Amino acid sequence: MTLYQQSIGEIHKKLADRQLSVEELVAESLTRIEQVDGRLGAFLSVDGEGARRKARELDGKLQQGGQAGLLFGLPAGVKDNMNTEGLKATCASKFLANHTSIYDATAIHKLQQQNYVLVGKTNMDEFAMGGSNENSGFHAVRNPWNTEYVPGGSSGGSAAAVAAGEVYFALGSDTGGSIRQPASYCGIVGLKPTYGLVSRFGLVAFASSLDQIGPLTKNVEDSAHVLQAIAGHDPSDSTSLDVAIPDYRQALTGDIKGLRVAVPKEYLGEGVAPAVRAAVRNALAELEKLGAVWEEVSLPHTEYAVAAYYLLASSEASSNLARFDGVRYGVRSENADNLIDLYRKSRSEGFGPEVKRRIMLGTYALSSGYYDAYYLKAQKVRTLIKRDFDQVFERFDIIVGPTAPTPAFKLGEQAADPLTMYLNDILTIPVSLAGIPAISVPCGMDNGLPIGLQIIGKALDEPTVLRAAHAFEQHTEYHKARPAL
Amino acid sequence: MEIIEQSRYETVVGLEVHVELHTRSKVFCGCSTSFGAPPNTHTCPVCLGYPGVLPVLNKRAVEYAMKAAMALNCEISETTSFDRKNYFYPDSPKAYQISQLYRPIGRNGWLEIEVEGETRRIGIKQLHLEEDAGKLSHADGGLASLVDFNRVGTPLIEIVSEPDLRSPEETLLYLEKLRAIMQYCEVSDVKMEEGSLRWDANISLRPRGQQEYGIRTELKNMNSFKAVHKALEYEQIRQAEVLDAGGRVVQETLRFDENQGRTFSMRSKEEAHDYRYFPDPDLVVLNIGAEWREAVRATIPELPDARRERYTREFGLPAYDAGVITASKKLADLFEDSLGFTSDAKAVANWIMGDLLGYLNQNGLEPGEVKLTGAGLGEMIGLIEKGTISTKIAKTVFKEMLLSGKAPQAIVEEQGLVQISDEGALLAVVDRIVAANPQSVADYKAGKEKAVGFLVGQVMKETKGKANPGLLNKLILDRLNA
Repeated sequence: MTLYQQSIGEIHKKLADRQLSVEELVAESLTRIEQVDGRLGAFLSVDGEGARRKARELDGKLQQGGQAGLLFGLPAGVKDNMNTEGLKATCASKFLANHTSIYDATAIHKLQQQNYVLVGKTNMDEFAMGGSNENSGFHAVRNPWNTEYVPGGSSGGSAAAVAAGEVYFALGSDTGGSIRQPASYCGIVGLKPTYGLVSRFGLVAFASSLDQIGPLTKNVEDSAHVLQAIAGHDPSDSTSLDVAIPDYRQALTGDIKGLRVAVPKEYLGEGVAPAVRAAVRNALAELEKLGAVWEEVSLPHTEYAVAAYYLLASSEASSNLARFDGVRYGVRSENADNLIDLYRKSRSEGFGPEVKRRIMLGTYALSSGYYDAYYLKAQKVRTLIKRDFDQVFERFDIIVGPTAPTPAFKLGEQAADPLTMYLNDILTIPVSLAGIPAISVPCGMDNGLPIGLQIIGKALDEPTVLRAAHAFEQHTEYHKARPAL
Repeated sequence: MEIIEQSRYETVVGLEVHVELHTRSKVFCGCSTSFGAPPNTHTCPVCLGYPGVLPVLNKRAVEYAMKAAMALNCEISETTSFDRKNYFYPDSPKAYQISQLYRPIGRNGWLEIEVEGETRRIGIKQLHLEEDAGKLSHADGGLASLVDFNRVGTPLIEIVSEPDLRSPEETLLYLEKLRAIMQYCEVSDVKMEEGSLRWDANISLRPRGQQEYGIRTELKNMNSFKAVHKALEYEQIRQAEVLDAGGRVVQETLRFDENQGRTFSMRSKEEAHDYRYFPDPDLVVLNIGAEWREAVRATIPELPDARRERYTREFGLPAYDAGVITASKKLADLFEDSLGFTSDAKAVANWIMGDLLGYLNQNGLEPGEVKLTGAGLGEMIGLIEKGTISTKIAKTVFKEMLLSGKAPQAIVEEQGLVQISDEGALLAVVDRIVAANPQSVADYKAGKEKAVGFLVGQVMKETKGKANPGLLNKLILDRLNA
């Protein structure tokens, strides 16, 4: 197996044993990007010089007898909505095409403490709004398994980059499924942690009450490695949870005997492709073989989740994106006659259609006279959805279903129909609204495109989610498949 | 004024007062709040609203707000939370202000004012914590606008009164009392000229006896006590004229132009902003437990009303004097400090209300801006009591203390101001003056008492005012009657 196809654990061993230098590893990563990214478009910017400089510095540390931690020297991609000082953070928006970060996100700071190597910033749907990566303000990302197809989104660049072996792991952000769904489409592992587990400081906000940073990796063990590095309380984020962080790697026991698995009937109903349904059924059989017991349950408010989500997320977005006004940074229209005109023109020129659509939707939902009917009602639905999960978790350890109703679709296929596009998130959104953790792991293929299994856990019960996903992975081969590029 | 008081309308005023809290750092980041730094030097990615930043609540600001709320007799919310007020303006880097709409820190409070000897209780609807905006200035003949973000994120409390005020005078009394309470609590500098105390007013008229409120207008841009009084006076006459003519007051926001002494329309009700308030998802609900609340309450010092009452009771001051002195914490502190050095409370009060306030008013200064100390004032009164200086000389000493803060004894010695109470020495001067003014002597003998005053004046002139006035008077009369 070539280098770029290997996992964090495998690479770490080579580095620790001095069979490989960081410089070689980084060079390999940059070469791979050069070879394939023209076809994928996973990166918005690549910092080759910075990565090589960092590699030499780390090799120096090793030569002086430094210990290599698990992420030491590992080339990584970071979604372009996270701030990394000195590099651009465009959020894939023309509005921020020339915006350079002036500080590091907390998650980035934590990775630096682990001596990772930042290779570049990954493409995404503009301001993380979208599920296909076609909403990038610069260029679409293509699915490494078939470049006619979308990689999913909004963390499509991060998912494609990991799947194609351009980097060994990537950070994404998940608001309504933006880590899990592209992981599913690209045949990799994507984890959305419990809301508040990973600091949001430095993540450009889309919907503050939902956004979470999480890892995209080739396998579950790698996911645990990265989560270990980025999780933890941050005084700079008031919504960050002040809890003790367990050793996630210890959770990977391979033992799920007696694990109680709930399967919501709403997650395998209408709109879920037969191939996806079959793959999930096979996965359940596999879990059963490993000693888990599963039972069908109901999450009765699932059908209201998408509507509630698009009201809440858009409401928050309309306020979060108001700071992009052309006054201090980003686009400032050249042809403005007065202040209102400056706002109007800068925002019209800088934002793409999906971002504008959601700003309008959110502005409307928060408007005087509509607030109760939309925003407040959606909050109530959110409470009901949370309660659905709470009730199931009284009797079960995890909930299992598909990550997305279908495998990846073709570029352009749904672009004209935002509502259909929104429904791709129907199985990931309820989890986001409840603020609980979920992982997507490969569980099958359909016409050469991967299918993802979603494993959902109780708040802060990442150990059980990871344990189940890892056990499943250990007894299946899906995660070992690599796209031919 | 008379027109309105006798008119058939009752004036109804409610106030929204903003008070900047003088915490060391801003309310959602660590930047300094100090006033007067070069533009945009007290800023960071958080208060500049850079992409990806998050607010962290300054606990001290919450405590100051709680303290102010409790001093205004508010109930303190057990859970309080923050909301976003969305609007576009270049002084607001996030294009929203973090404020409190749904769960303010304080509710249902009141303060009392004295109106013509009667106590009136003015309701306070709510007190909430929010962040201040930046400051815009216009340059290049209006072609360019500059923004200074130093002030952005300075903690502010907004104190919303009930519509309980009935005249411009009551409004002034309310503002003065509010300012005094904030001063006593030491939560703010309450300096109007630095913008740490600002307000907007809602005003409406209704026929006397009617319960229902009339249509109100909102007045902005009143930057001094004088301005708010003038603006309200102007507006109540304007509204009365509209109503008298059978018209309806238009609900709108008005800007007061102090130079022209009138109001101008800024925007109508239809043009009013829709702020699209919603709970700020970046901040969590804050629980205020009884223990924390009571710990903060314990830091509230004796407030102006309590002090006023104590001054009349303990020092026998007239209610008026006690009211004037306790209206400012600095004056009240000065008063009490002085009493460590003299027991003549009334004399201290007189000096404060007469010479000190006169000087401050004349020079447009605040009580804290002169160097006079309580010790100095008390000692000076002691020197008068002992006869070391005359009351007249004391005025010179007092002025010197205002400027230099020196001890009165030192001033008296340096400038040779000790009173001449030596009968022999003074008599010599009296003899000389009487001899030199035979006409005055004649006038006196002819029954013109005024002549005495002239002769006293001449002696004072000769002695540079240092003659003991009582003794001098006696000596001159003795001489004239001899």
